[in-house]
Amino acid sequence: MNLCQAVQNSIDLTLANDHTSIAFGEDVAFGGVFRCTVDLRQKYGADRVFNTPLSEQGIVGFGIGCAVAGATAIAEIQFADYIFPAYDQIVNEASKYRYRSGNLFDCGRLTIRAPWGAVGHGGLYHSQSPEAQFLHTPGIKVVIPRGAIQAKGLLLSCIKDDNPCIFFEPKILYRSAKENVPIKDYTIPLSKAEVLTEGTDITMVTWGTQVHVLHEVVQMAAKENISCELIDLRTIVPWDVDTVCKSVVKTGKLLISHEAPITGGVGAEIAATVMKECFLNLEAPIERICGYDVHPIPHTYETFYIPSKWKCFDGVKRLMAY
Amino acid sequence: MRQIQVELESVIMNSYTKLLAILQPNTSRRILLQRRDAFHSNTVKSPINISGSSAVNTKQQSRFSSTDSSSKTLDYEAKNAYKLHLLEEGPKTNVSCNREEGLEFYKKMQVVRRMEASANNMYKSKLIRGFCHLYSGQEAVCVGMRAAMDKSDSLITAYRAHGWSYMMGVSVTGVLAELTGRKSGCAEGKGGSMHMYAPNFYGGNGIVGAQVPLGAGVAFAHKYRGEPNICVALYGDGAANQGQVFEAYNMAKLWALPCIFVCENNGYGMGTSAARASANPHFYTRCEYIPGIWVDGMDVLAVREATRFAKEWCVSGKGPMIMEMATYRYFGHSMSDPGTSYRTREEIQDVRKSRDPITSFREKVIQAGLASDEEFKTIDNEVKKIVEDAENHAQNDPELHVDEMYSHVYSNPPKNYMIRGCDSFTYKEATK
Repeated sequence: MNLCQAVQNSIDLTLANDHTSIAFGEDVAFGGVFRCTVDLRQKYGADRVFNTPLSEQGIVGFGIGCAVAGATAIAEIQFADYIFPAYDQIVNEASKYRYRSGNLFDCGRLTIRAPWGAVGHGGLYHSQSPEAQFLHTPGIKVVIPRGAIQAKGLLLSCIKDDNPCIFFEPKILYRSAKENVPIKDYTIPLSKAEVLTEGTDITMVTWGTQVHVLHEVVQMAAKENISCELIDLRTIVPWDVDTVCKSVVKTGKLLISHEAPITGGVGAEIAATVMKECFLNLEAPIERICGYDVHPIPHTYETFYIPSKWKCFDGVKRLMAY
Repeated sequence: MRQIQVELESVIMNSYTKLLAILQPNTSRRILLQRRDAFHSNTVKSPINISGSSAVNTKQQSRFSSTDSSSKTLDYEAKNAYKLHLLEEGPKTNVSCNREEGLEFYKKMQVVRRMEASANNMYKSKLIRGFCHLYSGQEAVCVGMRAAMDKSDSLITAYRAHGWSYMMGVSVTGVLAELTGRKSGCAEGKGGSMHMYAPNFYGGNGIVGAQVPLGAGVAFAHKYRGEPNICVALYGDGAANQGQVFEAYNMAKLWALPCIFVCENNGYGMGTSAARASANPHFYTRCEYIPGIWVDGMDVLAVREATRFAKEWCVSGKGPMIMEMATYRYFGHSMSDPGTSYRTREEIQDVRKSRDPITSFREKVIQAGLASDEEFKTIDNEVKKIVEDAENHAQNDPELHVDEMYSHVYSNPPKNYMIRGCDSFTYKEATK
């Protein structure tokens, strides 16, 4: 299955096994603009898989209401760039519900899904990676998969998790990430990072599409006898501090990479925490190879903007030479 | 004598503009253009009476008058062109135009049609990437409305903006070169399809519905400055369900803003028909406290007449008005949408045959004896040349330099401001 089929499969399994579950969003009925909800309406009926009008604030607000009342709500925001009208609902309502009601009410059954990240020609409004805007919000979980197997497990975990979750799906990987995905229902634990390659010289932390870019960098570095440990963070908030710090203690050098602009990105939070926890173990300043502080992503300048493997490899060399 | 006086004045004005540019280096080009336009709208009378009244002025000097008697007009009753909401009287149903207006309207609609066809072809051959939303089929709305607007009226619209960009003053080259990302594009290639701007034209906006409160704000600025101008805020049938549209309605009515909210209802919000997205698909009735007019958006003269009515309403201090233009788009939502999975090919062909704004207008003009088939063919050829020339520029002009990626993030960035990038060595100093 590719990533979008894995997502479709997760929603399919949820609709089959959880009779309270519903899936909604703009254009989900015919299958969705990325075909992630194909055939679900025919299988489960128009009262469980339905279209919403064009109002993101309405979609998320409505989803919070359904979740509070006991339905498992899977809301789709058509592009992560459009999540901002719903930002107030997510930050002020969804994330605070359990806290402000003293655990009397919660909207944990809400999961918001949105296509995320650079796609080659998205321009300013179809390429954004807003995970940092939600990192800053306690009470919600943000999860980003790197491939089809991860996507299915992580999405099922998000849906089953008792907290409102935002699941960002790297849109450039929808069709290109093809793996042998297990057909049964399985979950991948949230807030656990995964070490993809073991290494001793540099720790690299990233998520989503950038994992594949750094994979190439790991191979490029291996040719120069630099051994890299590549970690896929998977859950952005609450993130797995232990795995990352254990790795930095081992290697002494950290490189973080993400598509979003560098200032205030998730890399900044990771760098600050690692600096605090592993100060004496660090042998070089932490490198962040990220997007520029211009709006992500300018259409004509996309190739210049993204943190490519060359920019990351340059960072590797700088770390080693410190 | 008057002519010489006018020319002298405009020469002086141009020198004044240049002086301003020297004295105030930070004054934006846009503001200078606006000042120049404001000056011009007071002194220079356009020889083509596009915004003229329906009464023919045979004494009017016209550079384009032909041997045909200019006292002939196209005159008819647009009986089913309007529906009213909260209004006792509406726009005049008797609409007319003279020969010059007729040819001008036809030419402008044809330019938009050809320009969009060119964009379509260039996109298919991958010269244009990204997103491209085409206006073909809706030409009567932009041409008709603009005809009733003044030069200093403002306008803001959503992403289906190429037709409007042209009507608000961007040249065809400015549009096509912007699509291909060249320096000669109206935003120097940095904006692309959805972000084209011109004096008094606030774009070109990507996020659905976000432009409507902006339009209300621009209308407020006109009122605040005591200008007899309106702001036209356009949105589609899909955007009509955005909460911020209703927030804008409320503010506009509360403060009697000279804002015309125009819903360009082409029947489909991307792939969802208006009936399936809206509990009330009669968008002109959507506000219980703002009067509304439904207009047949395929009839350019009816559109013009309705816009005149709405503009008078707003400018006389009666507050905002809502208009719904019933129109149709031939292409899909964007270039990645074939446009046939949610509607039949027969439906599209049917509209092309029976309701096409350009061909139906052309027939009316010919029937009224204002112009002949050959004259229209000449115009078609002129239009073809204009668009081909623009295509040439769009395909061959240089692109913007990479350093411009860092410009215009902030105005007057602080001294030694660096745009931080991917590593310690790609700090770029941003001086503008």
